[in-house]
Amino acid sequence: MLARLFLGLFFACSVQAAEVHESILANGLKVLIKEQHRSPVVVAQIWYKVGSSYEPSGMTGISHMLEHMMFKGTEQYPAGEFSKIIAENGGRENAFTGHDYTAYFQTLEKSRLAISFELEADRMQHLHLLAEELQKERQVVMEERRMRTEDNPRAKLHEYLMAMAYTSSPYKNPVIGWPIDIENYQVADLQQWYQRWYAPNNATLVVVGDVQVAEVMQLVKKYFAPIPRHNIQALKPQIEMPQVGVRRMSVRLPAKVPYLLMGYKVPSLKTAVDEWEAYALDVLAAVLDGSDSARLPARLQRGQQLATSVGAGYDLGARLKTLFLFEATPVKGKTLLDMELALKTEIRILQRELISQSELTRVKAQVLANSVYEQDSLFYQAMKLGMAETVGLGWQKSEQYRNKINQVTAEQVRQVAEKYLMESQLSIAYLEPQTMLANTATGVLHAH
Amino acid sequence: MHIKHWFFILLSFYSVQAFAISPIQHWQTSQGGRVYFVRSAGLPMLDMRLVFAAGSARDGKQEGLAALTARLFATGAGQWGADELARQFDDVGARFSYDLNQDYAWLGLRTLTQAELMPQALAAFQQLVTRPRFAEDEFARIKAQVKIELQQRQEQPGFVAKRAFYRALYGSHPYAHLKEGTPQSIADMTRADVRHFYQKYYVAQNAILVLVGDIPKAQAQQIAEHLFANLKQGHQAQALPKVPALRQGQVQQIDFSSSQTHILAGLPVLSRKDADYFPLYVGNYILGGSGLVSRLFDEIREKRGLAYSAYSYFSPLAEAGPFTIGLQTQNKQRDLAIRVLKQTVREFIEKGPSHLALRAAQKNLTGGFVLRFDNNKKLLNYIAMIAFYQLPLDYLDTFQEQVARVTRAQIQAAFQRRVNLDLLQIISVGGQ
Repeated sequence: MLARLFLGLFFACSVQAAEVHESILANGLKVLIKEQHRSPVVVAQIWYKVGSSYEPSGMTGISHMLEHMMFKGTEQYPAGEFSKIIAENGGRENAFTGHDYTAYFQTLEKSRLAISFELEADRMQHLHLLAEELQKERQVVMEERRMRTEDNPRAKLHEYLMAMAYTSSPYKNPVIGWPIDIENYQVADLQQWYQRWYAPNNATLVVVGDVQVAEVMQLVKKYFAPIPRHNIQALKPQIEMPQVGVRRMSVRLPAKVPYLLMGYKVPSLKTAVDEWEAYALDVLAAVLDGSDSARLPARLQRGQQLATSVGAGYDLGARLKTLFLFEATPVKGKTLLDMELALKTEIRILQRELISQSELTRVKAQVLANSVYEQDSLFYQAMKLGMAETVGLGWQKSEQYRNKINQVTAEQVRQVAEKYLMESQLSIAYLEPQTMLANTATGVLHAH
Repeated sequence: MHIKHWFFILLSFYSVQAFAISPIQHWQTSQGGRVYFVRSAGLPMLDMRLVFAAGSARDGKQEGLAALTARLFATGAGQWGADELARQFDDVGARFSYDLNQDYAWLGLRTLTQAELMPQALAAFQQLVTRPRFAEDEFARIKAQVKIELQQRQEQPGFVAKRAFYRALYGSHPYAHLKEGTPQSIADMTRADVRHFYQKYYVAQNAILVLVGDIPKAQAQQIAEHLFANLKQGHQAQALPKVPALRQGQVQQIDFSSSQTHILAGLPVLSRKDADYFPLYVGNYILGGSGLVSRLFDEIREKRGLAYSAYSYFSPLAEAGPFTIGLQTQNKQRDLAIRVLKQTVREFIEKGPSHLALRAAQKNLTGGFVLRFDNNKKLLNYIAMIAFYQLPLDYLDTFQEQVARVTRAQIQAAFQRRVNLDLLQIISVGGQ
């Protein structure tokens, strides 16, 4: 009851998020602007609807490779100039690629927004793709892959799990790409990929910060309106084949500590037939692992003391059908099988018994509090809008999130647990550590 | 709109120091507790951080004790066990957090400021800080957890390199070990060690409180009074010993089953109040601190494709903190990468930055100044740093001017004096 009282208060107190201003240029560029006047700073992000889930086989990772090449210059601003100009203007910039998007961003003192626009508009149309630059950057990406995946047993387990869990969905491929594909991109491949996807009508520009909508729109028109629209060829449907039984693997790698990953096929908000199911899955993830008082840390780490680490996660915002993931590291003396059984016991309880009202209310309270906290970050606010828009949900969905979560019932949480966390939809991977080389210093040279 | 207003003041008057109005309000509680507060309006939330001189440099022989102590706070306090304590925060959407480095450990709270919500969060935080349980069963559980985590970190060549790097730089100084400790040191620890550490270091005289958020000053005062009144007075931690000078440079190669070699190079250089702070800081921006446009990035990645990341940075601490240069490259390129790294640093030290490079650096650091604290979280970090190291309260107000004053000659001289390449410690961890 106490918790319920709090929830009412949350609604009373939480500040209304600033309004999002949407416009679409004649060339199809969608522009989202949110005024936030707490500090004299602005974030600009440009999101392209392309990512690793758009890639055909043999070309995995090409979206990410192209993201790297986007810093390699145009006729007007040769390699390195883009970053130099942003730096000299006190800006911070970078880019990221995911399964469903490629995005570029700059954070600047507010009066310098035009600089970001000019440079992004330029590289949307005039990228110079040179064989020599590609050769070097390919090595950089290979090093990135070694760092992120090859030398990280847990990341490798995740990669193997995805490859096994999906049959026909492009989510089976890593965002960074398979090594053999990275080694074989040609300039022509990148050129085609660039021409196919980098166009105003395949992009969303998000601006959040201490700006005025009208002024931003003037700048947008100046820099982006002249860019011609392309004919964007629709992506072929990429539907995952139904899974008809559990999939299981054991991965033997040099490592020190065993580790478990389990993933159940579930709909995302975009693919759910009934929207509420996605929100209920999101609440389910929070009941399991949303905070320190959630079930998995309370029961498996503390109560039964089976796990050193344990977690659950669900990506509501995926463009395609996704996985509801569990991970666990056993304590000394426990096995991966113990982890699997303990997690399945928790799942069974969720399928049979309603979560308590206080649990549900606690999850909602945190979602509401987060909706205030996240306004402390311009970058995160822009990111939420850009992502929702780019995966095809529409940015409005990200604004509705809080209210939708608030409508989820305990029975709905039970229903999605029962419907989706089924053995036949499970993929499970064990990391079984193989001996690593001992870490002994083999040589110390004294320099003089 | 307080912050915005403050920026206006800052930018208009920063060169007229006598008139610079500091936005940081500082006072002492009736018990002498030191408090730093910035009112940041616009969002109904409060961030606070209680900082103690209780970092890993206080571990003594018990490596990992400071970290273990900090971690145990969330496992129970006063009448609450771990579950109840977690619910106290979660019920009202509040978040407890903590972290530590070599010099300090902090306990933090983020909460909404609504009158019906904040008191519960503050009460739980207060219990956690002033009446931690450090219960035997929780102590044993966390110890076992840390041991497994340390084993897992041994899978990471970067972690192995970092451990060797600090040993090489600091020898027997308290900065020589990582805050995580070792499996053996953790195994040897007792609950009494943690209690003792808490009683010695988590005391009012050894603490500062930083608050940033949308509450009136009177309320900040009230919160501070209450917190400090329930902390034991205790004593300020003693000053740390000076970092001994290195006697010679070395290259240490550690074999590891990995496809990449992780390379760290550096030496102890910079303390927080060092007279060379700004020349070294601005110089390092040019050498390896400016992300995609630094010299190291250009030589290692852009020109040669040797690594995904290549960087350098100073970590100023109470005593000489490390200057760190780092990259990772596939094993067979190890020697080449080390050569390019050394060559790039040597050239920078010998010739200093170009006039153009210095101007670009100054434009970035002053032009991007506002980005450094454009939200409560970043502001909290800055103020905690200023308060803990007792930097002038107008540190932020004068920052841009200090940067603008730095000359090429100062950078060159400071690097030549302070970054002696003959003493460089180079650690490489990887396969053959």
